[in-house]
Amino acid sequence: MKFAVVVFPGSNCDKDLLWAMKDIMQVEAEFVDHTATDLSEFDGVLLPGGFSYGDYLRCGAIARFSNVMKEVTRFAEEGKPVFGTCNGFQILTEAGLLPGTLLRNESLNFICKTVPLKVVNAQTNFTSEYETDQIIHLPIAHGEGNYYCDEATLAQLKANGQIVFEYQENVNGSVEKIAGITNEQGNVLGMMPHPERAMESLLGSEDGRLFFASMIKNFGKVTN
Amino acid sequence: MFFVKVYVTYKQSVLDPQGEAVKGAIHQLGYEGVQDVRIGKYFELKVKQTAEPVEEVIETLCDQLLANVNMETYRYEIVEMEEEA
Repeated sequence: MKFAVVVFPGSNCDKDLLWAMKDIMQVEAEFVDHTATDLSEFDGVLLPGGFSYGDYLRCGAIARFSNVMKEVTRFAEEGKPVFGTCNGFQILTEAGLLPGTLLRNESLNFICKTVPLKVVNAQTNFTSEYETDQIIHLPIAHGEGNYYCDEATLAQLKANGQIVFEYQENVNGSVEKIAGITNEQGNVLGMMPHPERAMESLLGSEDGRLFFASMIKNFGKVTN
Repeated sequence: MFFVKVYVTYKQSVLDPQGEAVKGAIHQLGYEGVQDVRIGKYFELKVKQTAEPVEEVIETLCDQLLANVNMETYRYEIVEMEEEA
């Protein structure tokens, strides 16, 4: 299985993702520029954290119109896995690949710490290696991670099991403590926490490994 | 040529923490009468006349880029101006 790590102007967690995939998970991965127009050689797409286009206008709003996002959209429509963390999550909501949006943290503070999360749904192709209701620890680092959607969207998210991760404590003001969701088809996942920064106990947590292990196991079956 | 002013603000149902922080500062200045503060974005666009009506151009831009209609609303004013040399 081969992963594309998309690099936008302002991405700053791209190297972490590449390292997590290649060095820890031992799968193929390479950087793909935001100007790329062809992702056909890849089996999965990863959108890193950072500040694409300086977060001008709104987080992710300008990245959404970069060349590569047309191809990411096509890729997602084919049922292939797309994962966005932090700014990657913001880009996915701006692109309409995931519902809702990310607002400024309720406290107005940039929050940078490791937080406990509940795995709400371990039945997805991104989380099958976890147990449902398992508590894991992943770092967050964001100023605009306050997930917001209207009530109709929230009802749909619940009915379809699209809420995947919840904060134990509502650190940023998100609707129903939502930390990560999937699309209805279950092949696009966005989350504010950073599993790619929780790959070695030396760095505080290994809980991110099972996230990528789930992706590789489940989506690898489909594509290989 | 048109001069277009676009105002984008959070929907009323969305908490505006920046607005709340500024409201707190206003109250500290002693102006308790200020009940609500909402912070938004303001855009000035100069738009050439094309076959497409300018209102349609602006609405498309607002819906797709300038505002995120999940959380924001927008309004705009269009003023006709003389062609620039």
